[in-house]
Amino acid sequence: MTALRTAIAELIGMFIDDGQLALTLVALIAIVTLLVKFAGIGGLAGGLLLLAGAIGLLVESVYRGARRKRAAD
Amino acid sequence: MDSRYQLDLTQVDLTMTGITTITSTVTASFLASFVEVVEAFTIILAVGLARGWRPALTGTVLALLVLGALILLLGPLLGLIPLHLLQFGIGVLLILFGMRWLRKAILRAAGYVGLHDEEKAFAAQADLLARQAADRRADFLAGTAAFKAVLLEGVEVVFIVIAVGAGRGLLGYASLGAAAACLLVLAIGFLVHRPLARVPENTLKFVVGVMLSSFGVFWTGEGLGANWPGADAALIAIALLFLVVSLLSVRLLRGAQTGRIGAASR
Repeated sequence: MTALRTAIAELIGMFIDDGQLALTLVALIAIVTLLVKFAGIGGLAGGLLLLAGAIGLLVESVYRGARRKRAAD
Repeated sequence: MDSRYQLDLTQVDLTMTGITTITSTVTASFLASFVEVVEAFTIILAVGLARGWRPALTGTVLALLVLGALILLLGPLLGLIPLHLLQFGIGVLLILFGMRWLRKAILRAAGYVGLHDEEKAFAAQADLLARQAADRRADFLAGTAAFKAVLLEGVEVVFIVIAVGAGRGLLGYASLGAAAACLLVLAIGFLVHRPLARVPENTLKFVVGVMLSSFGVFWTGEGLGANWPGADAALIAIALLFLVVSLLSVRLLRGAQTGRIGAASR
């Protein structure tokens, strides 16, 4: 059971480091998908929205990580 | 496996955009696999030098067999998934995977997180094995360490190959990139017989993070029905955008870090 738990934790760890970043990325993808499927914004607009959102979230996560590190030192 | 996942040169688009996709697929797969194989190699080498090559190779071969079984079991399932769903699913995973690498690489490049050190990883593993030397299961524990390292890094390599290759039916090319990385690490390791500490791991992770994040946004967009301007060439534009923003972030964070250290020393 321990080995299985370790394997699952490692598998999840492949995709999640900063939990908040992972969560907001999934939320962004879900929102863009809903906008494309139900609000008719078009695939390309959805793709561009995803690109802009992903970059914004990356920058926010990096700065938050740096702030946290500064506060810990 | 579905024929669209085979390496078939007659079916491959050799136009400019086709070549762009093939080149970026092989490069991403090669660089990402290189980083993973270097990490696995460090542990195998530590086991081999500390406890002998028998447990090191037994653990490695068993892990490769498990990986092979996983590929044989899961590989054919890929062919059953509709392409746009596959692109969307893989795209989402790639965004999470790539941005995790990119975030860490930016923080490391800016000096907020320590760089990964293969010499240190090697020493830590060798130290652990030395402490376990008196244990009657010492060889088993050493073999398990090699098994775990190869399996965990191997799963990441398999994911990377599938993720960058399956969306365009280029699994063969992605596999070639990964195989070349494995052979290169083994060849260098065989020659130098020590951890590959001089590999610029963070630079590689930075580049791979940019590439995988770009693939992720590109595939997810395609899965949502986006017809990117310039078709596959849009991948380069997306990658450039990620690269510029990441480099700017490193520069700004580095400036803040330098200013903070300067103020603290005054």
